[in-house]
Amino acid sequence: MLLVIIFTIFAAITIISAGMVAFSQNIVYSAFSLLFTFFGIAGLYVLLAADFLAATQLLIYVGGILVLLLFGVMLTHKIQEVNLSNESMRLAPAAIVVLAFLGLLSIAIYRTQWPTVPVPELTPTTARIGTLFMTDYLLPFEIASLVLLTALVGAVFIARGRVKK
Amino acid sequence: MRNFVDQLVNNYEFLETFPRPLLYLIAMVAASAIILGFIAILVMFFVWLERKVAGHMQDRYGPMEVGRHGWLQSIADGIKLFLKEDIIPALADKPLFVIAPIIVFVGAFSAFVVVPFSENLIVADLNIGIFYILAVSSLTVIGIIMAGWSSNNKWALYGAMRSAAQIISYEIPVGIALLAAVLPAGSLSMRDIVLAQSGGFWNWFIFRNPPFGFVACIIYFVAALAEVNRTPFDIPEAESELVAGYHTEYSGMRFAFFFLAEYANMFLVGTIVTTLFLGGWEFPIFPSAFAFLNPIIFVLKGIALVFVMMWLRWTLPRLRVDQLMYVSWKVLLPFAFACLFGVSAWMLLLHSA
Repeated sequence: MLLVIIFTIFAAITIISAGMVAFSQNIVYSAFSLLFTFFGIAGLYVLLAADFLAATQLLIYVGGILVLLLFGVMLTHKIQEVNLSNESMRLAPAAIVVLAFLGLLSIAIYRTQWPTVPVPELTPTTARIGTLFMTDYLLPFEIASLVLLTALVGAVFIARGRVKK
Repeated sequence: MRNFVDQLVNNYEFLETFPRPLLYLIAMVAASAIILGFIAILVMFFVWLERKVAGHMQDRYGPMEVGRHGWLQSIADGIKLFLKEDIIPALADKPLFVIAPIIVFVGAFSAFVVVPFSENLIVADLNIGIFYILAVSSLTVIGIIMAGWSSNNKWALYGAMRSAAQIISYEIPVGIALLAAVLPAGSLSMRDIVLAQSGGFWNWFIFRNPPFGFVACIIYFVAALAEVNRTPFDIPEAESELVAGYHTEYSGMRFAFFFLAEYANMFLVGTIVTTLFLGGWEFPIFPSAFAFLNPIIFVLKGIALVFVMMWLRWTLPRLRVDQLMYVSWKVLLPFAFACLFGVSAWMLLLHSA
């Protein structure tokens, strides 16, 4: 019972703040609403007994990505007013695409068998995650780190400017 | 916490009538409230101590009027802040302006949930302890950016941007340096880390794996100073350049929230160093003989480290922005990596887990 209440609270936080991210007219509000979305998702992870994942979610998304996003937003010219660069807004085609997508999603959601499992016991997951990274998922782990390294090298290359000869 | 409640129910039968989850919830809230109160009182002590330290280092007394040697000064300040008018600038972004101090405060205080004051005096011995602290501390930077932006003030925004850049940069050496203590402990849980250092000061992680444990401790302490925006890394609130940085526009209780969070964060850094490198709640020699003093020793170690931070503040000049980045990326980070490799190499060589 208590778990249901907590789940509802976290789910509500996630969905409402996600709605604010999407619908807010002010891009700064959108960025700050993401904080609550990430927080709600971290809470859901805790309910699924994935404590390490929840902390990672906060550390990476709130401490890293959201801060960079806010940096980007604050370097944006004219935050308050949304400037549409493309003036030709066509309502009818947009409505058709949106409705079609909505229908597709509804069918998919309706047809999926949602498997339910009993609430998992909160057991330590850190050691198991580490072992899996070093054994079964070594290749994906290494490839991901290679991708990140490439991105890092690329960022440095772009940022350092022209080399004087 | 769950065990504690179960014990309580076994001892007092009338508690059986209440549903167990409700009891857990009440126990959690009560424990958090106790921690909150304790840290708040400690913070008031720190504010007084800072002024005394500053005074004596500048060859004056500091507060002397309110109570003996001004020991009631913090309470007087607190009452003053309570009674002040709540000013929100007309052009400020009101909702964000109001939320920002709360987020900073939550980020600072929720970390204390996993701080182990003694073997059993810990609100929640999370399996991911130290990692949890790093995660919730990252809320602070969002609150600071929020405060800086919503104030609609150039100095505040500059301060917030500086703070964000600084905290993000120094998070990396912090994480790597902490790993040098997590590796020999083999656990992220704060309690297990302290238990792995039991039995005298020569077992503390600062003295283990020489010299890497010591260097990692220094790296963590320096980087953590930057994380909590303390001098010599206080460019986000550099008063000679930015008025007061991100909290320029704040007054009254909202300012008090920032202030409390700053000093709570200082004590948090003190407790992290204590837990990971200085043997936590243990007395340096014959720890088992002094076991009854454990929580007091833990707090004293934390206070001593906070004193070192104050000492540094009134000794060192402020770094420039470029020097700040240089220290983080070209000095602390390579040495932190060296410590990590060094500790791993020692552990492999000695086959010690």
